[in-house]
Amino acid sequence: METSIEPSHLNTPSSAAEPVIRFDNVGMRYGRGPEVLRDLSFDLPRGSFQFLTGPSGAGKTSLLKLIYLAAKPSRGTISYFGRDAAGLTRDELPQIRRRVGVVFQEFRLLNHLTVFDNVALPLRVTGRKRADYAEDVAELLAWVGLGDKMSAQPATLSGGEQQRVAIARAVVAQPEVLIADEPTGNVDSEMAMRLLRLFVELNKLGTTVVFATHDLQLVRLLDAPVMTLSNGHLHIRPPRSQRYQAPANGQTEQPDAEEDAQEAVAMTGEDGEENRDDT
Amino acid sequence: MTTHDIPPPPKGGSGALLPPDAGRDRPLFVVAAILVFLACIAALGARGAWQQAENWTSDLETNLTVQIRPVIDSDVEADAQQAADLIATLDGVEQATARDRAYAEALVAPWLGSGNIPEDLPLPLLVQVRLSTPGSVSVSQVQTLLDNAGLAASVDDHGQWAQAVRRAASFARTLALSLLALLTGAAAAVVAFAARASLAARVDVIDALHLSGAEDRFIATLFQRRFFMLGLKAGTAGALIAVLVSLLVSSGGSSADMAFFLPRWSTNPFELIMLGVAPLLAGATSALSARLAVSTDLRGRW
Repeated sequence: METSIEPSHLNTPSSAAEPVIRFDNVGMRYGRGPEVLRDLSFDLPRGSFQFLTGPSGAGKTSLLKLIYLAAKPSRGTISYFGRDAAGLTRDELPQIRRRVGVVFQEFRLLNHLTVFDNVALPLRVTGRKRADYAEDVAELLAWVGLGDKMSAQPATLSGGEQQRVAIARAVVAQPEVLIADEPTGNVDSEMAMRLLRLFVELNKLGTTVVFATHDLQLVRLLDAPVMTLSNGHLHIRPPRSQRYQAPANGQTEQPDAEEDAQEAVAMTGEDGEENRDDT
Repeated sequence: MTTHDIPPPPKGGSGALLPPDAGRDRPLFVVAAILVFLACIAALGARGAWQQAENWTSDLETNLTVQIRPVIDSDVEADAQQAADLIATLDGVEQATARDRAYAEALVAPWLGSGNIPEDLPLPLLVQVRLSTPGSVSVSQVQTLLDNAGLAASVDDHGQWAQAVRRAASFARTLALSLLALLTGAAAAVVAFAARASLAARVDVIDALHLSGAEDRFIATLFQRRFFMLGLKAGTAGALIAVLVSLLVSSGGSSADMAFFLPRWSTNPFELIMLGVAPLLAGATSALSARLAVSTDLRGRW
């Protein structure tokens, strides 16, 4: 796999600015089942790039659902752009959702619409006229390399092309936060690399990105914080540049084998606790 | 990439956000068309019954019947003629006609038989009075006139019959309106059920719309439009079938008794407006029902 993404490619988030999303002691359960997420407290700084990893069943999808407002927490508080979610009215929810773009692992494209109409969906639901956004959508599709597939049906596209349509749909309305759930899960390593570059480009433009992936090799390509979920608990590891500060002798410390082993345990969930399927 | 590298957007309009759902829509179309057909038939039937009753009561209310009783040593036929002449002098009377004994015998024939009524059997004779307008002359006016002339007469304005006919017509209309209300309710319930089923079947589309920032009313409007068109088409089909049926009934030459209950086609404005409005009402009922069902369902989501 190509490893040419430099840490400097990422946007530098402002620590002083208010986080775009804040979790405070959040727990979540489905119905009367056990908690799938427990005591999550973290901030998503504006303009940051975060990886989200963890084994299957650790609760990644549930956490992403909370972030993109598809589910409510069972306890705790979540703030979106400074607004407590519990205080949002039904009319305010769509306004918040429009500021969060989502890329799903399974794409969730509408097969009865063309590629162009799929990408234009977030603009169309706001009531904008086709003539107002047609050029922008065409330009975006050209940018993701699908300029010649605008009239195609999603079902006729390859996995990588469908993923790029999904990404274009997620970013067309220029959301402040972009959530990607395993966006490289269905593509080969070369396409995965290209997609990661796309997210990095978007981050450089100021978009806050949460990139959920199983792929540790992708995670290692960027100097970004890594949120690791395991059995509903979240562990946040700062970027490498902050973990291995230059010692007094001027030499940079390198990650040791022990940490790699811990990371592998976290990714496979082999920590003695029983895993459950993502829901 | 430079501006001239960007391909032009595809021509034409945007695709419908809700995918076509012919498999589910077709049975609903048939059910809605049948309901609209029944509603039209009920409305036409009610209209026919009401119109017939109006005709009957109008006939009754512009007629008076005077019975001249035979009195010993009196010529009942002369009395009847005298009564007719007197009544004809009243303002508001269009015509007063004295009927002869043969007419009276014909009236009692069902009970006494014809041709075997003894000539010396005293039979009351009738004077038929046609008024220029209903109530232009009162029963008491005629009765006083005849009493003053020394005639043994009793006057009947058919009030009892007119009231019975009016009651029957009112009952028929109430029945038809109740049927109409029930059919509208049934149509609304069927559409609400279908809209919920459609929503459940299209949960992927709804999720995509929701997560793209669509407001509930935007999604509800999509369903409202779809079901308005379905209701409009089904309503048109149902109304056309109702027209065909009423034309068949009208051309069938059914008896007057049957005509009271059967819808009959006429080109008067009521029928034309009703059949023209029926599809619009069907569309509106369908659209409103779908909107309410979808809005309620969406409120249950976050």
